[in-house]
Amino acid sequence: MRFRFTETAIDTGGARRELLDRGAGGYCSFEGWVRDHNEGLEVTALEYEAFQELAVKEGERIVAEALRRFPVKHALCIHRVGALSLTDMAVWVGVSSAHRAEAFEACRFIIDEVKHRVPIWKKEHYRSGDSGWVNCERCAAAPGLHEHA
Amino acid sequence: MQLKIQYYALMREQAGRSEEMLETAASTPADLYGELKSRYGFTLAREQLKVAVNSEFSDWSRRLAAGDAVVFIPPVAGG
Repeated sequence: MRFRFTETAIDTGGARRELLDRGAGGYCSFEGWVRDHNEGLEVTALEYEAFQELAVKEGERIVAEALRRFPVKHALCIHRVGALSLTDMAVWVGVSSAHRAEAFEACRFIIDEVKHRVPIWKKEHYRSGDSGWVNCERCAAAPGLHEHA
Repeated sequence: MQLKIQYYALMREQAGRSEEMLETAASTPADLYGELKSRYGFTLAREQLKVAVNSEFSDWSRRLAAGDAVVFIPPVAGG
């Protein structure tokens, strides 16, 4: 599986080893972390929820597209679900390839597509005591402003 | 016709449940969303959602069949 979920901390060392290849001259990774602010609000914790049956299919399709579009060796994406704290890693993407340019490009492609296409939702908890589903609550009040692709 | 509906994220909270078996006369996902929006007071407009039938993205005008599993997909926010 080149796209998968985990309910515990992402094992980046193990994930990286899955990308090793004698023909690869290097690898590039992206880590998404839980930060303490979003759209002017102070964030204290996050929860991720996924429609996993469809999410793993769509995630696999994204990684397969990356492997077709860019001449890379291997690619993998792992996403956390459940409750996360500030600085925790929410998502990891890694790509190995013969040359660096396509590794960077494929890595960027995968994280961008995952954010837009995979059915994963993020609930933010704020310092004020409020909480909200990102891209859902405020766009419900003003439909059309945050249309997702 | 009986359908299985699963709810996620904001819609799970607004429906107060994560899944249900529903007896309905709705013949398409679009009709079904209209019915459930008035029942549960969902705040999202249909244009903001995608829909999946049997764990694959679907057209809003697809003909639903008895036993289909339907999931409405609010705007996503992975990463």
